[in-house]
Amino acid sequence: MKGINRRSIFAIAALIYVSTGSILAADGNHIDTGVTAWMLTSTALVLLMVPGLAMFYGGLVRTKNVLGTMMHSFAAMGIMAVLWVVVGYSMSFGSNVLGGWFGWNSDYFLLKGIDQNIMDAGVPEYVFSMFQGKFAILTPALIAGAFAERITFKGYLVFIAVWGLLVYNPLCHWVWASDGFLFNMGAAGAIDFAGGTVVHIASGISGLVAALYLGPRRGHSKSAAAPSNLVMTMIGAGLLWVGWFGFNAGSSINSGLLTAQALTATQTAAAAGAMTWIIIESLHQGKATALGFASGILAGLVAVTPAAGVVQPAGALALGAIASGVCYTAIMVKNRLGYDDSLDAFGIHGMGGIVGSLILVFFIRESWMQNAAASAGGAWTVWQQFGVQAVAVAIAIGYAALLTFMIIFAINNTIGFRSSTEAEMFGMDHTYHGEQGYGMLNPR
Amino acid sequence: MKLITAIIRENKLDHVREALIESEITRITVSRVSGHGQQIREEIYRGKIVIPELIPKIKLEIAVNDSFVKTTVDTIIKSARSNSKGEVGDGKIFISPLDECIRIRTGETGGSAI
Repeated sequence: MKGINRRSIFAIAALIYVSTGSILAADGNHIDTGVTAWMLTSTALVLLMVPGLAMFYGGLVRTKNVLGTMMHSFAAMGIMAVLWVVVGYSMSFGSNVLGGWFGWNSDYFLLKGIDQNIMDAGVPEYVFSMFQGKFAILTPALIAGAFAERITFKGYLVFIAVWGLLVYNPLCHWVWASDGFLFNMGAAGAIDFAGGTVVHIASGISGLVAALYLGPRRGHSKSAAAPSNLVMTMIGAGLLWVGWFGFNAGSSINSGLLTAQALTATQTAAAAGAMTWIIIESLHQGKATALGFASGILAGLVAVTPAAGVVQPAGALALGAIASGVCYTAIMVKNRLGYDDSLDAFGIHGMGGIVGSLILVFFIRESWMQNAAASAGGAWTVWQQFGVQAVAVAIAIGYAALLTFMIIFAINNTIGFRSSTEAEMFGMDHTYHGEQGYGMLNPR
Repeated sequence: MKLITAIIRENKLDHVREALIESEITRITVSRVSGHGQQIREEIYRGKIVIPELIPKIKLEIAVNDSFVKTTVDTIIKSARSNSKGEVGDGKIFISPLDECIRIRTGETGGSAI
């Protein structure tokens, strides 16, 4: 280890644990089995979110598109994992190149130089790399919700590959690499514990741009596309909630106090989000829907993602509740405006990520603010941190929107991204995969 | 009164439904069915070419007054054909006499109940 590749949290963890001196391996060569075991578990939990997302999205589309939609998530597991091992980890966690646009470290190419590495946190670097790789899988898969039911499979594969290289990896580098410029902004950096900007704002905004550019599904304004299987959607939402413990609590790269804080905030915000959503829905539409509960879970989880390391339970309750209110409103506005963000990738991930990343400043625990003030050399106010957060959010929005537009424009005008009308009517399952998801619908 | 039963391709349902609505035929029943006719459809399953015994289709059932039969049939033919010439597997239309039609809500019978 050259000591240059640390996620934001190492610094915080070091501050918290330096007094006990027992958690961090002093020379970086001893494996801490406790931390490693939890990080292995977290890695598996985050991977579980991908089939969870496949089920969540798959249940929401029409019968004829269920496999095609689930394949969007599964294809990301293939293509993004390959790219991550080859160049993704290097681009994200290497040292600044090209003026800090992304990182590079030839040791990380094909992960060939980390075979024996134990990081300062006491974790083999392979584990950290694989853990981070799961985020690179999940993020492009989230975008697929915005343009579900109307894109070619080939166009999608090329899109997520290029998007991963040009959007995800640079953003990840800026926010989480120790020499990333957002990591070092202000007194103690932009706060993005587990991916509010990198994962949720990036995917949500990209989804919105894609949905606007590609246009609505055929017949979108006239008829609602009935979900093929809400039971599957509920199972998917449940798996996402469970997996999110790895996503957030695992992002502590630790197995201790900070992990417990993140885990508690995650559970609290998810529950608050779900309850708030069905209360709003009951008052507004008269019924509490299962899909509403699932949407509330996600809104809460998304909002607490950037905040899990810095908020206490009261703050997490507030974040979950506020996020549900904002996301619910965003979906109402979407219906009014009429654009087709099919499965609300922007409405929930984009808006939830923005709200969480900004509002979290009002709920930061005092010890964090004191540390920030110390490193700022005296005083550091909530509003100063709000400014840092706002800049990080604006950069994530601007960069993701611009690059996504360029990538989609290029793909749609070369190999084609938007499905033909005929393909859309037949369904993606038949057109691109030659299969049908629900075999029992017809006698065979 | 006639009962028009049409068997069409799955992917033509939207076309046919939209065309019927445009011709002001709005009362239809739709179901998924399977069957075999002249069409042979090859599928690939685990790299092997297989010919499923039953091919999925959509069945439309439309009860109409005699004066609407021609419009309905023409609309379905036009919208359910694969291209201008048509292809094996585009489906069939059956027309059968309809003895009675009763609207449950009011109990009215005959042509006005359609």
